[in-house]
Amino acid sequence: MTVFEKITLSKAINASLRASMEADPKVLVMGEDVGKLGGVFRVTDGLQKDFGEDRVIDTPLAESGIVGTAIGLALRGYRPVVEIQFDGFVFPAYDQIVTQLAKMHARALGKVKVPVVIRIPYAGGIGAVEHHSESPEALFAHVAGLKCVSPSNSSDAYWMLQQAIAGDDPVIYFEPKRRYHDKSRLDTEAIPYPLHKARVAQPGSDLTLAAYGPMVKVCLDVAKVAAEEGKSVEVVDLRSLSPIDFDTVQESVVKTGRLVVVHEAPVFLGTGAELAARITERCFYHLEAPVLRVGGFHAPYPPSRLEDEYLPGLDRVLDAVDRALAY
Amino acid sequence: MTVESTAQRKTTRGGSKRTTAKKASSAKAKTPDNAADQVEQDQLVQLLTPEGKRVEHPDYAIDLTPEELRGLYRDMVLTRKFDAEATTLQRQGELGLWASLLGQEAAQIGSGRALRDDDYVFPTYREHGVAWCRGVDPTNLLGMFRGVNNGGWDPNSNNFHLYTIVIGSQALHATGYAMGVQKDGADSAVIAYFGDGASSQGDVAEAFTFSAVYNSPVVFFCQNNQWAISEPTEKQTRVPLYQRARGYGFPGVRVDGNDVLACLAVTKAALERARTGQGPMLIEAFTYRMGAHTTSDDPTKYRADEETRAWEAKDPILRLRTYLVAEGVVDDAYLAAVEAESEALGKRVRETVRAMPDPDSMAIFENIYADGHALVDEERAQFAAYQASFADADAVAEEN
Repeated sequence: MTVFEKITLSKAINASLRASMEADPKVLVMGEDVGKLGGVFRVTDGLQKDFGEDRVIDTPLAESGIVGTAIGLALRGYRPVVEIQFDGFVFPAYDQIVTQLAKMHARALGKVKVPVVIRIPYAGGIGAVEHHSESPEALFAHVAGLKCVSPSNSSDAYWMLQQAIAGDDPVIYFEPKRRYHDKSRLDTEAIPYPLHKARVAQPGSDLTLAAYGPMVKVCLDVAKVAAEEGKSVEVVDLRSLSPIDFDTVQESVVKTGRLVVVHEAPVFLGTGAELAARITERCFYHLEAPVLRVGGFHAPYPPSRLEDEYLPGLDRVLDAVDRALAY
Repeated sequence: MTVESTAQRKTTRGGSKRTTAKKASSAKAKTPDNAADQVEQDQLVQLLTPEGKRVEHPDYAIDLTPEELRGLYRDMVLTRKFDAEATTLQRQGELGLWASLLGQEAAQIGSGRALRDDDYVFPTYREHGVAWCRGVDPTNLLGMFRGVNNGGWDPNSNNFHLYTIVIGSQALHATGYAMGVQKDGADSAVIAYFGDGASSQGDVAEAFTFSAVYNSPVVFFCQNNQWAISEPTEKQTRVPLYQRARGYGFPGVRVDGNDVLACLAVTKAALERARTGQGPMLIEAFTYRMGAHTTSDDPTKYRADEETRAWEAKDPILRLRTYLVAEGVVDDAYLAAVEAESEALGKRVRETVRAMPDPDSMAIFENIYADGHALVDEERAQFAAYQASFADADAVAEEN
């Protein structure tokens, strides 16, 4: 198609859905308000007009019902792409996702496939009310049978969603809602990067920052500030949370000797904990400092007037960078 | 307490004609039309009485050939035999658990035989009779109860989905599948089985909503066997379950779940509605779980023997046999032949189950993902290496 020098992440997702629906008539979009309204974030804007109500389905307001019927549609040969309106609203569907969607392929000894993609606008930073800013990715990555990914830029948003839809496994696709309006480059004719491979977003030599989704931009900003202070920070965009590409992180840490993992989700038992354990096991003799984590606290997501304090920002990440470098 | 009075107590609990008639008359002053309507609707659809007498119903006629009638009898006898064998195998330690369908043969065979090959079934974990009708080899049902797999058949071979243990989940899968049938422009129907307990689940309510809104070709077949483990239906609902359908905008009907002819006729009609674009329907098959919830359960803790005995008098197989004998549709030779076939099935089930090997330990890592997953690959390799590390020790042990 074309190269967009500047396209928003949400428009890139829209283009991705459009491309998937054009490529495969079995691809459906379903969720609350995804049709006429185009979704509360307008990510599915115009799709129902172009593909019809039969393929872009406004559903009743029932998340378990949305995912449960998507499973049934998948068993019939369809490829439903489900939108959960906000992160905090996914839990009524959690049972269907964990007990049914994740396990059905295994339970059937491989004889059925359930290629359902669940799009969840997630994480904070938009001044929203309660239940609209959460980062529940670890709750899904912990479940065998699911794959979890989160893009940080428009190009990844475009390609990773199509790859998720084309695959035969259920995928939870976490959309960093505070980056919906961030613009970046997209070449729709490029050769796509592998879905579950991490990418070095910024090369460096003194310390590795590993992040994904909304925190990648924060980490890139950190790298800039650190560079002004004479510190060379490498930023790894994990992109995939199940599986996690430990090899790319390992390669980076072998080079830098230091790792700080950054995510919005609470630190306790989170992605950072898993990375700390694996990387310590793989790179024990290369580490100059313990693996540090910067993330949310063991607290409910706070009222929005406090979210700037709660969320890892430039200063909190720089603080961790300094602590790691001080060992 | 006499058998009769217990039966009365029980049917009162389930909201029988008798009880509802009482309720209806008390409500009469306010809503006479609705009350009268309710009295009529609460009547069970019945085509064969517990005494084996054929009766007609204005809405649900059925005309079966002698061969079809014999087939229903054979299906029920063989299903009961298989079920009894499985219970015995559990007692012998060959199965970890068994969920018996004893008493529900008519509901399952009647509805199961109403289906067309291209229809699709979403069962709970107790639909052994429906599985039989779909041509799933009964021994395949036993793998999950023995613990060698979590579902040992290909759902698409017989259009019979895997057993679903989480209560009510499959009602949504059935609805989604039916939405797909609609999109394909096919005239197949889908049937979702669940029980009185599941009627309390949100997923069942959501399935009702979705199917009603989209007018999907799905039949909800609720076997109200009166008990959800230890909880009677009155702990799940204040109205007869079939009446729930009205609130969603589709019809509901209560059928005598121990009457195979009525179950067949009503399910056929519901499937036909679905096929012809008239949308979903709820069937409440009023039946009774004669056995325990599963082999781990002890019904003596929560229900009276008298109640079970009262339901014995409504046995689904006995009443059909009485009818068939009276009509001369079966003779002693036929009954003996079915008996012999049933013994042979029991023998085959026993032998097959006892010969079922434990799966290879590496099966833990199989089929988790269709397209693979790096972590699974890594853990598989680590575990294989760990197991291989014992090879030398094993070899030494064998030499000694």
